[in-house]
Amino acid sequence: MHELSIATAIVEACVERAGSDRILRIRVEVGHLAAVLPDSLRFCFELCAKGTTAEGAILEILEIPGRAVCEACGESILLSSPFGRCACGGKLEIVAGQELKMRDMEIA
Amino acid sequence: MCTTCGCGSNETTIDGAKVHVDGSSAHDHSHSDAHTHEHSHAHGDEHGRLHHHGTASAHSRTVSLEEDILAKNKLLAERNRGWFAGRDVFALNLMSSPGAGKTSILERTIRDLQGEITIDVLEGDQATTSDAERIRATGAHAVQINTGTGCHLDAHMVAHGVERLDLKQGTMLMIENVGNLVCPALFDLGEHVRVIVMSVTEGDDKPLKYPHMYRSGQLLLINKLDLLPYVRFDVARCISNARQINPELEVLTLSAEKGDGMRDWYDWLRTRYPRRRVA
Repeated sequence: MHELSIATAIVEACVERAGSDRILRIRVEVGHLAAVLPDSLRFCFELCAKGTTAEGAILEILEIPGRAVCEACGESILLSSPFGRCACGGKLEIVAGQELKMRDMEIA
Repeated sequence: MCTTCGCGSNETTIDGAKVHVDGSSAHDHSHSDAHTHEHSHAHGDEHGRLHHHGTASAHSRTVSLEEDILAKNKLLAERNRGWFAGRDVFALNLMSSPGAGKTSILERTIRDLQGEITIDVLEGDQATTSDAERIRATGAHAVQINTGTGCHLDAHMVAHGVERLDLKQGTMLMIENVGNLVCPALFDLGEHVRVIVMSVTEGDDKPLKYPHMYRSGQLLLINKLDLLPYVRFDVARCISNARQINPELEVLTLSAEKGDGMRDWYDWLRTRYPRRRVA
């Protein structure tokens, strides 16, 4: 359900920056470890954008896979959940997959 | 959108009153105190900083944003943190599933530490003021935030709730989040510590099921220890599961009902907040 808050934040920030221009497309990065469901976010975005300059805009979601580096052996590992240990027993530092970021937007 | 602090009109209420019913003019929260909850919006400047590069079509253009989606919440959370620091307020964000015993822990803590630590409470629930009333019955100040359909508190709600609470210098602020193990994890409120509460009736695999929440906390309280003989719950396995997600997580076991383990929790609070003022 927090996707609604996230969609609201995207629409508010983009509408403010777009001024009187119409928003055609917004590109956001959503990491696999960010606890945000892309489908749910798209659904909420459509609702939030209604009646604003972002109405009808395409929300393009770039999904970023989770990746961690072992602090002990330096091995790079793909992660599907935000925890885990390296095969060597070392602690993992998550280096990608937690993104929740607005990249750019197309306006006219 | 509210012209004072940028919040959209929504269904959030604080002690039953709308936070912002109409954003066009009336903004009834006063900033007469030292509250540095600034409301500046550099709109003109914002547009000036846009980078225009490339055109996707003859009439459209691409504008770089490169911004965290939750940037606004993070900014408001930092303002809250600064405001707390200015008043020597120690803020804790208590999160759990519904019914884990957050309010019961608070009731007992407030009563037991009366005269030693002043504790004020922000209560977050979708509806009803019953939790704030329970807290007020202990003699502590409490403000109820009702989020309507909202599933978590955010930094903005906390800023307004704290205004209403009129916190005194050196107070410990307990923020009881909406009972939910998913959404609150994403929203920084400006707290100093995140405390996760779970109870032995919930299952010792809970940390594995809600890794985002367990990763975000610093302390885990395992409550309802008195019910341990009646449920299938392995405390050691639960702690091991929690540390698999968050190796640095501190864990305390207690019973708010019977009082077991509460002293350790109080010692933890005393250690984390040694500059407490005597009430």
